[in-house]
Amino acid sequence: MSFAEYSQEIRDGDVAIVYLGHESMMPVKVRHGAQTQTRYGAIRHSADLIGKRYGAKVTCSKGGWVYVLHPTPELWTVTLPHRTQILYTTDIATITLMLELKPGSVVCESGTGSGSLSHAILRTIAPTGHLYTVEFHQQRAQKAQEEFAEHRVDHLVTVANADVCRDGFGVTGVADAVFLDIPAPWEAVRHAKAALKAHGGRVCSFSPCMEQVQRTRQALLADNFEELNTLEVVLRVHEVRSVSMPMPDFGPQAEAPPAAPLRTTTPPREMPAHTGYLTFAAKPRDRRL
Amino acid sequence: MADSGDDDSPYKINEGDYVMLKRGEIYKAVQIQSTKKVVFEKQWFFLNNAVGHLYSTTFEIVSGGQLQPVKPKDETSAASDTKEAGTDNRNIVDDGKSQKLTRDDIETLKEQGLKGQEIIQKLIDNSSTFRDKTEYAQDKYIKKKKKKYENTVTILKPTCRIMALMYHGREPGKICHLRYDTLAQMLTLANIHAGSKVLVFETCAGLVLGAVMERMGGYGSVIQMYPGGGPVRAGVENFGFPAHFHDTLHDFPICHVNALLAGTLDTSPKDPDSAEEAPHPDVVAEAQPKMEDTPGDSENVETNASREPGTDDDRQRSKDEKAQLKRVKQEERRKKLAAAAAQLDGMNADGLVIASRFHPCPVLMCLLRFLSPSRPFVVYSQYKEPLVECFTKLKEQGGTVNLRLTDTWLRHYQVLPNRTHPMLLMSGGGGYLLSGITVETDRSRQANSEEPAPKKQKVTEEPAAKKQKMTES
Repeated sequence: MSFAEYSQEIRDGDVAIVYLGHESMMPVKVRHGAQTQTRYGAIRHSADLIGKRYGAKVTCSKGGWVYVLHPTPELWTVTLPHRTQILYTTDIATITLMLELKPGSVVCESGTGSGSLSHAILRTIAPTGHLYTVEFHQQRAQKAQEEFAEHRVDHLVTVANADVCRDGFGVTGVADAVFLDIPAPWEAVRHAKAALKAHGGRVCSFSPCMEQVQRTRQALLADNFEELNTLEVVLRVHEVRSVSMPMPDFGPQAEAPPAAPLRTTTPPREMPAHTGYLTFAAKPRDRRL
Repeated sequence: MADSGDDDSPYKINEGDYVMLKRGEIYKAVQIQSTKKVVFEKQWFFLNNAVGHLYSTTFEIVSGGQLQPVKPKDETSAASDTKEAGTDNRNIVDDGKSQKLTRDDIETLKEQGLKGQEIIQKLIDNSSTFRDKTEYAQDKYIKKKKKKYENTVTILKPTCRIMALMYHGREPGKICHLRYDTLAQMLTLANIHAGSKVLVFETCAGLVLGAVMERMGGYGSVIQMYPGGGPVRAGVENFGFPAHFHDTLHDFPICHVNALLAGTLDTSPKDPDSAEEAPHPDVVAEAQPKMEDTPGDSENVETNASREPGTDDDRQRSKDEKAQLKRVKQEERRKKLAAAAAQLDGMNADGLVIASRFHPCPVLMCLLRFLSPSRPFVVYSQYKEPLVECFTKLKEQGGTVNLRLTDTWLRHYQVLPNRTHPMLLMSGGGGYLLSGITVETDRSRQANSEEPAPKKQKVTEEPAAKKQKMTES
């Protein structure tokens, strides 16, 4: 198991995702002799998990059963322990495409936060890319480092405990892409520029408020970034269901038309309408004429 | 910097490269062929001058269709010297006479070979209302004129982002109206990454396949399941992948899937004589991709030049040669099919991506069988209803969890001082996605629910019976 590589079988030391039901999952560190309590009873790791295939149905002690899934950045995003607000898959997917991330990309990120985006970046840039991630909160930086090791992606990432607005990313001229999710991204724009390759690269800043976007764009323009583009992606989840709409009674008639059930979807009663604005820009190649 | 000279080489435009042309928000994919005339945005030019320059260079189109790199300064001197501006439009009357230059004057200026920038300046100088316009209206005016008269083109290295933007902007019909944010979701939901084995079934001109290949970086394998006579890959060509990427790409005709699943697919070497009559659609395979690809495609996509032998003097010999060639090709094709079949045989694929104009339900049901348990799949459809059907079928059949039917809205913003707002237009539909994860199938028990818990199943459907009773009473 690794977050950047599939394997078939569950092994000691893996992190597995226990699927309890719709939208109900939990991560489990697999250890010989350990037990995990679920609402359907206990899972004994040695007997129930180790050696089993990912995707297997596991019967818990009370007779209930769960599925054990191979970890992916997407499953991690919905199960990870929050230390901060996190980025969700919809935004992560857009960021990944628009920053043109792929195997071999070198990426700078700040802040690391809870590592939701970090795991997705690592998955995409493996096996030859590298992530430099900067987190000013000492405990969060340390926790992220531990998780990367547990998830066997630590060879792809460097975690720095520093203030990106003051100290930058700790690297210069190496990055293909920079991602900023900090309260004052405009203060880090010059560091983003320095971190990007001389041949140019792409940058993305995530901000919940339009005022932040405006200041960031001013800073980007002042530093000669090009192709500025601010967008927002909103996810709609459709619930599939059968409905039957009753027919009114028109009084006596020869044969009442049958009311056929209708297979349709409904939007959730409430849905997240805003996470943050994504501002993209490109650093042009340094001109040496 | 000492190493800057050598450092540049991977960023240089070479003869034969697949590149993207860009002006404003318009893109076009072409191959660099020095003698070939390229038409882009109503202008023609040759790309030979671009060779040797760095990617992302902006060129000006000068006389004779030659390209001349634009110096960075030119871009910024946009008539910013006119500082005079009005405050509102109470005195601006549309009398149709504000522009003193006539259409003919403008044509003459163009023929004189005046630069776009200069024409715009002339238009501003000859506009009687320009100075009365507000600063914002002036900006807007210049922007509009720039779009019309500027004759520059930027040459970019192709990427998935740009390809997706191009297809969505120019030919959404070719990619089943798959918007780029939806493509982004697909790649992420399917956990596409280096080293995995991914099945792709698409009729999106190769865009989805190319996107998957870019994310795999030449590590692992991609098996393209194709309908009809041959795989469509025009879009893949335009990504300009290095040769080794293509070694990881297999293709398998979907018409042989049933045989493969039944174990009746014969990929053993054929007797050379009977090969001629072999049912394998060799001839069709060559004809089909062109048929599906070229109409209208020539506009934006440079397909491989069809190779016509063009010999007709010694008929007999050429016939023999053709037969020989055909046999060699058939053998190659058979080997490829066998290799793809071997990839599929393990039933251990790591991901499945479907995006086609075909009904997704049978495709999904069939191809899911090739996935290992605990692997993601994602199905795209321009319409929601077929995905509702897929959803229902999967619930009945079991073997999947975490099913989600989703779509995304993409909203762009204009962010300018005191003029920030969402763009007036947004794309009305970027298609729908059904995603989920495979799990081991349980044969002993009828697993017709995603909820694995033993607790009493609550009926997710509307309690129709109850409601009806209520209305009756």
